[in-house]
Amino acid sequence: MHEMALCESILQTLESEAVRQSFERVSVVWLEIGALASVEEEALRFSFDVVARDSLADGARLEIIHTPGVAWCMHCARPVNIERRFDPCPDCGGYQLQVTGGDEMRIRELEVK
Amino acid sequence: MCTICGCGEGETRIEGESDAPGSTAHAHDHAHEHEHSHPHDHDHHRHEHAHAPGVDPARMVAIEQDILTKNNQYAAANRARFDAAGILALNLVSSPGAGKTTLLTRTLEDLDGEFPLAVIEGDQETSRDADRIRATGAPAIQINTGKGCHLNAHQVGHAVDHLAPEPGSVLMIENVGNLVCPAAFDLGEAHKVAILSITEGEDKPIKYPDMFHAADLLLINKIDLLPYLEFDIERCIGYARRVNPRIRILPVSATTGEGMDPWLRWIRLNRDMRQIGLVPDAVARRANA
Repeated sequence: MHEMALCESILQTLESEAVRQSFERVSVVWLEIGALASVEEEALRFSFDVVARDSLADGARLEIIHTPGVAWCMHCARPVNIERRFDPCPDCGGYQLQVTGGDEMRIRELEVK
Repeated sequence: MCTICGCGEGETRIEGESDAPGSTAHAHDHAHEHEHSHPHDHDHHRHEHAHAPGVDPARMVAIEQDILTKNNQYAAANRARFDAAGILALNLVSSPGAGKTTLLTRTLEDLDGEFPLAVIEGDQETSRDADRIRATGAPAIQINTGKGCHLNAHQVGHAVDHLAPEPGSVLMIENVGNLVCPAAFDLGEAHKVAILSITEGEDKPIKYPDMFHAADLLLINKIDLLPYLEFDIERCIGYARRVNPRIRILPVSATTGEGMDPWLRWIRLNRDMRQIGLVPDAVARRANA
């Protein structure tokens, strides 16, 4: 989707954190990407390499931690795991689901020098 | 002028921010500010040459930040500004060709004289849509995103600076025609309004679930064409509710005006809600003095 814009945003965060936490190079970036975040991993990796070129994260490795999609089923009155937004409840088959997790895109931590 | 701007949007052009069309003078301003605020980048190269690689021990630092933090901060600033001025900001999203601009011009004409209206138009290129809007008499400003596939909160903040909507306005932000990317970028709006035309197929809500999930209102447009198409409106509503059980749905035709009244009423009520409890300007000034 908008992986290039996401990577630019990641780089901005790295640059401001570099000043705040005094580091000069980033060698590994751990990202947490939810199953419902609509992020294409392949495109994200490609964009990151492009965006990071000649920056403090040039050549940095992306480690992606996948988190499951979680929704509250109003019918079953409990949380259930879903793969996609329009999936039915795996137990009752209903669509009265409120997504409660799995749409996050977070920078969790970095390995820096 | 935005001083904390770290944008990498060298292609963005906002009407009135530079004389020559296609010039990126404004974006260059930002790029320079950005470079100066991070001299770090330049130091780094010297550093690498001066020392053998691997001398600095690697360490871990926790970040725990949303990737869209920066956009969300700009969005929060926009939202605070709209709230303080009692402005109802709506983010209109759809595929290209769903009839957003036609619906918008009709809406502006119907609401003309009731309260101040203002429009931000997002398109990859040209100011044709802003020209169409201005023909209705409403002030409008065009943002051209260049290579960008969506508007972001930072661009909208700049556009609001230029547009300077009056307190109590309804500000319509017509996003780039795209059902994917704009879903993730909060602009500071009160509501996302998705527009789906019946020429697109009733299964669009499940084909592009993120957008229909993020929207509070769905307008099913071009219903004047229902007799000529095989479009099952009930099925479409069912799909939309699958991805968003709370979504409100209104069938409309911008061409014939059918169904426009509930949509206009929705705008009026939402705008009115934002006036309640608002501190009038003069009172706010006295409070700050």
